[in-house]
Amino acid sequence: MSTPSTPSTIEPNTGAGGEDDEFGAYHSLAEVADDHRWAFGTGFTDALEGVDTTVPEGIDAEALAAYCLMLGDDALIYSHRLQQWMTRAPELEEETALANIALDLLGQARMLLARAGRADGSGDDEDRFAFFRDEQHFRNVRLVERLDLDFAELVGRLLIFASWRLALFDRLRGSADPVLAAIAGKGVKELTYHRDYAARWVVRLGDGTDLSHSRMQAGVQACWPLVDELFATHPVEDRLAGVAVEVRHLRAEVDDVLDEVFAAATLDRPSTAGLAAVAGLTGRDGLHTEAMGYLLAELQSVARAHPDATW
Amino acid sequence: MVSRDRRPSPAAVAAAVPDPELPMVTLADLGILRSVQSRGDEVTVTITPTYSGCPAMREMSRDLEHSLHRAGYLQVRIRTELSPPWSSDWITADGRRKLAEAGIAPPNPVPTRATGGPIPLSLEPRGPVVECPRCRSPRTLQLSAFSGTACKALYRCQDCAEPFEYVKEI
Repeated sequence: MSTPSTPSTIEPNTGAGGEDDEFGAYHSLAEVADDHRWAFGTGFTDALEGVDTTVPEGIDAEALAAYCLMLGDDALIYSHRLQQWMTRAPELEEETALANIALDLLGQARMLLARAGRADGSGDDEDRFAFFRDEQHFRNVRLVERLDLDFAELVGRLLIFASWRLALFDRLRGSADPVLAAIAGKGVKELTYHRDYAARWVVRLGDGTDLSHSRMQAGVQACWPLVDELFATHPVEDRLAGVAVEVRHLRAEVDDVLDEVFAAATLDRPSTAGLAAVAGLTGRDGLHTEAMGYLLAELQSVARAHPDATW
Repeated sequence: MVSRDRRPSPAAVAAAVPDPELPMVTLADLGILRSVQSRGDEVTVTITPTYSGCPAMREMSRDLEHSLHRAGYLQVRIRTELSPPWSSDWITADGRRKLAEAGIAPPNPVPTRATGGPIPLSLEPRGPVVECPRCRSPRTLQLSAFSGTACKALYRCQDCAEPFEYVKEI
């Protein structure tokens, strides 16, 4: 039995940034050949690498995969919309906030899409789901695909989305699928910050000047037709008792949160009717609004022009 | 076999690896390093992400593998553990001290949530006062609940006027 080759140096690494410190910022910049240190490029590992993704006995794997796509697509598409605010937000601090929220959601999306690929047995990875599916195969709710008219609409929509997703993830922590439960456990902490951020801005603008108040009111009004869909149970969820969250039971809790914010913001709760389904189909069935095509064109064009490219 | 016996333990090697984004603290200081187990020649290291979108997970895995290889452990497996979710309460006393010395305010304790009811909304910045890591003044102002990385918020001290980052409690 051969002994492993003796390493040339076995100095304890103090991380103190000395000349020989392989982790020093200068060293990682200078060491051009060792490009694994850069956090971008195509070398991402699977978002669930090293996580046990066996589907527990008794769970409908096909429905589980579809459910993971629903929750994953909500996060992916909304993250993209938030990313479009980069260089456009009113202040640098808000841009940082929106970028971080988008990053949290992208992280949730990556894990959920990876979970879908393992559950349905296809082995499809997150990139295949994100970049090579056509519009009718995206299962996100239509609320997340809207283009914001202004910053007021952005924070109004973020408040609605984060309040709903937080209530959903809070319950999903008890899912019979341990991977979904774990993803939700992390997400709850993140979404709590997202909701607070949005709520504080809605109050600041709503209870601000006449102009900010009217634009904030218009912002929530514009999002309102897409709210009912958030609480409509989809047949896929019916096949996942104990795994999926029953969204119709979330309405009261989400309404309480929104009412509290609207009251502090001196806003009227909109009463606009929900956007109708088309031939019985909504976002969860792959039926989207006009905005979705443009969003996907931007999201997918580079990956489709250069499939399998690496850098 | 002599050279093997001189190797530092895998746990000691892994515990010395710094965080790629906060190099003044180690992965162990941050509570990201969950466990190090060795069976025969194989070392299994378990880490947990701080936030779902943490872009540094791959860097951490590579740094851990690299350090263990250099120390003579050639079979290294990195496991990711999502549950229980990372909490800023897991940052060690040593880690908190190193963060403060580097001008980053360490997190306040995570408030305990009342069991049962919905997660409460906070329309004002949460929790106890965040102290300025430079002049220790309690008169600080939150500029943004988010900062250069997902795990931090941006503050400004109203006494020494310096801006600083605060590791959020989650």
